[in-house]
Amino acid sequence: MTQQTLVAADGSGAAGPSSQYLTFVLGEEQYGIEILKVQEIKGYSAITPIPNTPPHIKGVINLRGTVVPVVDLRAKFSLAATDYNKFTVIIVVNVGEKVIGMLVDAVSDVLDIAASEIRTAPDLGGRVDTRFISGMATIGERMTVLLDIERLLSADEAAAQQSLN
Amino acid sequence: MEIDLSQFRDTFFQEAAELLETMERELLSLRAGQAGGDTLNAIFRCAHSIKAGARTFGFEAMARFTHVLESLLDRLRNGEVEASAGLVELLLRSVDVLRALIDAAASQSAPPPVWEDVTEELDRALAIPAAPPLSPREPAPDRPAGTEYDIRFEPAPELFRLGLDPFLVLRDLAQLGTLAADADCSRLPSLETLDPETCYLRWRLRLKTAAAMDQIRDAFAFVEDVAAISIEPAAAAVPAAGVAAPVAGAPTTALRSAARESSMRVATGKVDRLIDLVGELVIAQSMAAQIMNGFTAERLPLLREAMAEIERHTRELQDRAMRIRMMPVSSIFGRFQRLVHDTAQALGKQISLEISGEETELDKGVVERIADPLTHLVRNAVDHGIETPAERQQAGKPPEGRLRLTAYHQGGNVMIEVADDGRGLDTARIRAKAIERGLTAAGDELSEEQIHALIFRPGFSTADKISDVSGRGVGMDVVKKSVDALGGAVALQTAPGRGSTVRIKLPLTLAILDGLLLRVGAQTYVIPLVSIVESIRVRREQVRDVAGCGDVITVRQEPIPLVRLGRMFQISSETADPAAGLVVIVEHDGRHWALLVDELLGQQQVVVKSLETNFRKVEGITGATILGDGRAALILDIAGIAAMSRGEGLSNAA
Repeated sequence: MTQQTLVAADGSGAAGPSSQYLTFVLGEEQYGIEILKVQEIKGYSAITPIPNTPPHIKGVINLRGTVVPVVDLRAKFSLAATDYNKFTVIIVVNVGEKVIGMLVDAVSDVLDIAASEIRTAPDLGGRVDTRFISGMATIGERMTVLLDIERLLSADEAAAQQSLN
Repeated sequence: MEIDLSQFRDTFFQEAAELLETMERELLSLRAGQAGGDTLNAIFRCAHSIKAGARTFGFEAMARFTHVLESLLDRLRNGEVEASAGLVELLLRSVDVLRALIDAAASQSAPPPVWEDVTEELDRALAIPAAPPLSPREPAPDRPAGTEYDIRFEPAPELFRLGLDPFLVLRDLAQLGTLAADADCSRLPSLETLDPETCYLRWRLRLKTAAAMDQIRDAFAFVEDVAAISIEPAAAAVPAAGVAAPVAGAPTTALRSAARESSMRVATGKVDRLIDLVGELVIAQSMAAQIMNGFTAERLPLLREAMAEIERHTRELQDRAMRIRMMPVSSIFGRFQRLVHDTAQALGKQISLEISGEETELDKGVVERIADPLTHLVRNAVDHGIETPAERQQAGKPPEGRLRLTAYHQGGNVMIEVADDGRGLDTARIRAKAIERGLTAAGDELSEEQIHALIFRPGFSTADKISDVSGRGVGMDVVKKSVDALGGAVALQTAPGRGSTVRIKLPLTLAILDGLLLRVGAQTYVIPLVSIVESIRVRREQVRDVAGCGDVITVRQEPIPLVRLGRMFQISSETADPAAGLVVIVEHDGRHWALLVDELLGQQQVVVKSLETNFRKVEGITGATILGDGRAALILDIAGIAAMSRGEGLSNAA
């Protein structure tokens, strides 16, 4: 995690270390993940479904010769499914040693968020298990939910392993 | 200056392993009475090289052991000692001990105590008292008494270029006693034409020493291969061994990678050709790029040609790249000579092993993984297959049993056969045992092939007692599992009283698969060609609904369960009615399944991509591949599909 002291464009001078987050949109909400975990952003391409997998595992795609699984975050957060359009993207992340793709509605911005701006997430009783939330930040008017992508995608593994055993 | 030798240690271990292989091979040919003129020399040189290395790295036990071994081998090659059967056995055991010593040194553990016992035996064979303590720089005893030796030392001209200094040799000799050296400078050219890197000098030496001949020879340890050396007692009584070594390279070693490493040696020619092909491919591609520049429809034929050229080069490149990883099966066949002989001897049987096709090449990964299953099959044949000489004579067979190992290419596969002319397997007995083990029901109708396939089920064994060689019933199913995991197939052919043949079919490489592409709904799948029996269109009359168990298709009187891939994979398939679609009959474990698909898309070689790398293992799927249109397609695992269809219990079409 890069720790940088930034001077904001308006000269206000951010206090304390900050990190960069890639923010994206799912439904009405904006989420963010650490930019350093992101390998690339890919446009939507044909996904090959894998049999007998939970509904949020959409299938696999071909990423320049490597077979990469794609997780449908909407399904994972129990949002209604939606049609895919030209804004739909797959964010390819590195989690541990694996390369995994996440299907999102659209990608927003790369934001610098100072550690001091991040609050712990209250238990909203909402759709996202708070285990996967590393914090929340309010940027301008928008509230961004910061996701712990490692936990989010590894929990999948554990569950999947269990069902196999 | 302290030189850190540790980086060279691994090289030494690898080379020592190869030298030991050569030694063993030569000793075996000696035992079989097929010793060539150079056999004894080759064996000696192997031990000699290992000794030099052992001393360089300070492996005490190894150095002492090889020293004694080398002395014995020297006597052997000079004809002073006869190569009796007992001696050859002792030497073979020495190879084993040396292997153990090398392993101990590599793992930095204590040398196994057995080495001292075998050293004693070697000493006895030498009929000399225990070798003097090994110290290459032992200060010579100052006694004037001793023998005088006439030594001629003529190094080859490239001695210096090999990093060897004759002065060190002379110094070592001087430490053994009194040395008088006479340098022969006759070959020395004038200063202008002198090449400082070439050795022009020769020496005639007279050494007075109480040291043993071995120690004198030791002084020449590093230069022996690149110099003509003769050491003779000045008071010529017995003509001593002339150590005239031709200027030779290191003993030739087979193209083999040490088991503990994950690196391999490749012939330079293979690599060169590969690099050439890459160059040609780059040229073809840039030609295509040029055509694309300012492309008009008229240029289409040109583009087609360029693409065809690229395809040609790519295909050859693929072929060549795969060949790089190929090594001959001789690397595993080699060990079987010893195994068969030793095991047969232990069991009191006479067995001759014939090997053919050992130069057949296989992917390195496949070779490594087929070694153990093959070993088991060979052991089986020796232990259970071939009868004792008495039994054989009673059966009217020659007392010596024949075991044949064959390897050959067939189609895109490599076939390996293990055939014996032993007692064969009794089909009825197999069947009875299978019924006993619950592997099949008494009323089941099974073809002979299917009965033979039962051998490969877990827990099956018709051996009456558990010998320590094999016979625990855990072997054959592991063999099958290993072969299956490699994407191959194994089958047994047997005739009671006449013998058995186990035939293994292996793919040339693990990464590429011959597959049949098929479509179910909007999805494309690949079935390994090796699992496919046939594909047919089914008539309505052939389909029957067996009460509660689902649809069954009858093909040539055989009932085959139907698997609706669409339903199994939760894909909406176009075809619900088997009579309307295509059925692919696949085979696994001697049984058949009928897969209902929408369309066959053709045969293709596909590159296997792992699903586990970024995801996990999925039942029914072995991996994925990338199709020509860039989409990922799943490769079906017939074993998994079979399990899934059995487990689920096929439900009837709704």
